[in-house]
Parts: sequence; structure tokens; C-alpha cells
Amino acid sequence: MKFFTKFGEYLLMLKGMFSRPENPKMYWKEFMHQCVEIGIGSLPIVIIISLFLGGVTTVQTAYQLVSPLVAPSTIAQIVRDSMILELSPTVVSIVLAGVIGSKIASELGNMRISEQIDALEIMGINTKAYLIMPKIVAALLMIPLLIALSAILGIWGGRMAGDLSGILATDIFDIGLRQNFSPYNVFVSLVKAYIFAFVISSVSSYYGYFVTGGALEIGRSSTTSVVVSCILILVCDFAVAALLL
Amino acid sequence: MIEIKNLKKSFAEKTILHDVSLTMDTGKCNLIIGSSGSGKTVLMKCLVGLFAPDNGSILYDDLDMISMSVPERKELRQKIGMLFQGSALFDSMTVEQNIKFPLDMFTNIRHREKMKKVNEVLDRVNLKGANNKFPSEISGGMKKRVGIARSIVLNPKYLFCDEPNSGLDPQTSLLIDELIHDITHEYNMTTVINTHDMNSVMGMGDKVIYMYMGQKQWEGNNKELFYAKDEKLAEFIFATDFMREAKELHLQHGNKEQV
Repeated sequence: MKFFTKFGEYLLMLKGMFSRPENPKMYWKEFMHQCVEIGIGSLPIVIIISLFLGGVTTVQTAYQLVSPLVAPSTIAQIVRDSMILELSPTVVSIVLAGVIGSKIASELGNMRISEQIDALEIMGINTKAYLIMPKIVAALLMIPLLIALSAILGIWGGRMAGDLSGILATDIFDIGLRQNFSPYNVFVSLVKAYIFAFVISSVSSYYGYFVTGGALEIGRSSTTSVVVSCILILVCDFAVAALLL
Repeated sequence: MIEIKNLKKSFAEKTILHDVSLTMDTGKCNLIIGSSGSGKTVLMKCLVGLFAPDNGSILYDDLDMISMSVPERKELRQKIGMLFQGSALFDSMTVEQNIKFPLDMFTNIRHREKMKKVNEVLDRVNLKGANNKFPSEISGGMKKRVGIARSIVLNPKYLFCDEPNSGLDPQTSLLIDELIHDITHEYNMTTVINTHDMNSVMGMGDKVIYMYMGQKQWEGNNKELFYAKDEKLAEFIFATDFMREAKELHLQHGNKEQV
């Protein structure tokens, strides 16, 4: 029963975001601010994670490919498809759920507890539209970009790791990269990226916006938002894979 | 003028406001007093539209807020200023940006005019030069003054203050009270103040409403408080030795005739 109440509240929150902006310039300013927060703010962690994910995938794939009948360039194919289809969208999104999700939930939670949201409401501002909508739209724009960047960096990291560890020369890696490339995989990756971006931003906004209590509850709602986002990301990941692959 | 008629509000099965009817006068500081849990904050939140009442009507100059459409309500809200207990300043903005925010959101005036208006209200609340400070860099009293400045920057017709003196020292409390009192008369606003502070009640209670268990128990002004016959009110007001002594002194000096 509680689940349905919360789900209904979540849907009503999403519905409440759609209203005529009081001042489009201010909404645009807030949107740009969120793009910087979400996009630029998460860039360092995405770069580090992607490089290492690609590197580790190369090393571990090479470790498991012991048969002399399998061409070494296959390692590059596996790294490429793993990064595009799974590691970049899912692993990076799980990390972003922690980085961006907790930030959104705690920011909105703090605004709720310190009555800043009430202050905006009293001014006549639709707080769902002004505070939540720009976050979701910015996430929908920036997270797929981060995931695309992550896939590129992951593959590059795998190439570097293969070369530095002497597993695979860069020219062989490059040959493997071009073999059997399916652009459909990129499409699937982007579908995942958009779904995960929406899950991260909307779920964390919900938990932050409706927080009640004090500082302790902000921490709790922030943790809950990350946990729920991660679970939903994994469920959606499976659903997209089952439906599109 | 704000007129409240038969206002009821419940949460789950607990009724907080029982059929409250009262009037808040224009150009006066209307103080709502009462012990914790008496329904003061719920009443104020109903008045500003943060809570939807179960029953009754709230008339802002004869216009019922409850039956208003969303655009009408938005329009009304731009005529309302509110000072929160914790000031509710936007942490990520400077003092200047906090005050400028309502102007940015609701007006199309030029930047220069906005800055003129911001500096005017900052000057009015004696915070000239604090433009670039962040809320975390200023004291509680300054935060309240910034909150007042933000509330009055759009020249509201109605000002609501939720416990404006909480957490402040007596001297700063007095300054905040004077500021609210002066601004109310200067701008001819309808000011509604929730307070526990007896100094505020005595100092600026043009109209005092005592709430008890979700009902209006007594209504009058700060001078009439000394002669009120209501037992519950007397218990609340004269709970401290200081207030009892003040009452005795007041009665001894024969101020009764002046009322």
C-alpha cells in the first residue's frame, strides 16, 4: 500500500512540473546551472572510472582468452561491446546515481527542511517546475553525453592498458575495434542512458523534495534515493537488454 | 484586510484548527499568540496557502483564496511577503541575489532599476553594504533583516512573520520588532505575526489574537491584555514573575483609564 502511495506521489510530482514558467529566463538560467553541476561536476569521476573500466576489461579478457584459435583482436571487440553495451551505461550510471542522485536529494532536502521551498511557493513559484524540471532536463542532456564520453574513454583506456601491459599492440587493438561493429549497440546504449538519466534525476528529486524532519532525514533520503536508483537502473538495464537485444 | 471564516484543518484524525473565524486589519501588526501546539503555525500556513484547509474561507480584501484559480492564486501570492522562522534564505545566493530574486522572477525592469530597489530595501533594513555576503557569513539578526528585505522588495500588501524573534538576543529582537512595526505602517500592509515573545506582544500588538487548542480564545490589543478576564490567556501571558510584576506595576500606575 505504501508503495502505491509513494508511486502516486511520484507521478503527481512529475505531472506538477508541467506549468507555464513564471519567467523563462530564470528557468533557462537554472537549467544551465544544473547542466554545469551535473555535467562538468561529474566529469572527473566519469573519466577516471571509464579509463580503468576499459583497462581492466582488456587485461581480464586477455587472461581468459587462452585458446590460440581465438585472434587477439577479439579482445578489442569484447572491450568495445562491453563498454558500449554495459559498462559505460550501467556502471557509470550507478556511480552517477551516487554522485548526482545524492547531491540532488540532499540539495532539495535541505531546501525543504530550511523552508526555502516554502519561501518559493509563497512567492507564487511552481517549485516542482522551477527546481525539479531543470534537473531532469539537464540530466537527460548531460548523462547520455557523459556515457558516450565514457564509452570512448573506456575503449581508449583498454587500448592503452593492452599496450602498456604488453598484452595487445595498439595496431591489433585498432583492427579488432573495426571488426563486426554494430551501430545498433550504440542505439541500445543511448536508450539505456536516457532511461537511467531519468531514473537518477527523478527518483532523487522525489526523495529530496518530499523529505520531512531534520538533518538526519536528509541523509536518510539521500541514501534511499541512491539505493532505489541503483535497483531501478539494474531492473531497467535487464528490461532494455531483454527487449532490444 | 484578511478575513478568516470558519476555518478547519485536520491532519489524519487530529483536528488542529476548529472553526476559526477572525479578521486581520490593514495597516496593523496582527499578532497571533499561543502556546506550542495551539495551531498558530498551521493557521499561518493555511493563510499563505501552504496548507489547504478542510473547510472555511480566507478572504484577502473580499477575494476568497480557497476558491481562486491557480493563476489568480499566483497573482495573490506576489502580493504576499513572508519572513520565516529560520529566514529561509537561499544558501547558494548572496544577500543581494536573495533580495533581487523576486524582482528577477516577476518583473521585467532593467538591471539598474532592480539594483536601485535592492539597495533601497537593504538601506531600509540597515544592511547597507552587505550585498555580497552569503547567508552563512551573516548573523541570525542580519538573516532576519535580509528575510524582511526580500519580503518587502515587491511592495507586498500582506506580510507574514513566523516567530521573527526566535533565536535572537533581546536587543536584536527589539530592532526586528521595530523594523516590522515601522514597515507595516510605512507600506500600509496587513502584517500577521506568530510569536511567543511577550516583548513583541507588548511592543507592537496593535491587534492580539490568542489561540488555544486550535480555537480563537481571545482577541484584543496589547493594552487590553492586562485587563483580560480570560483565565487561559492570563495563565499564558503572566506565566513568568517578570510579566506578573509588569502587570502589577501597570495596574498600580492607573493606566486603566487610558485604555
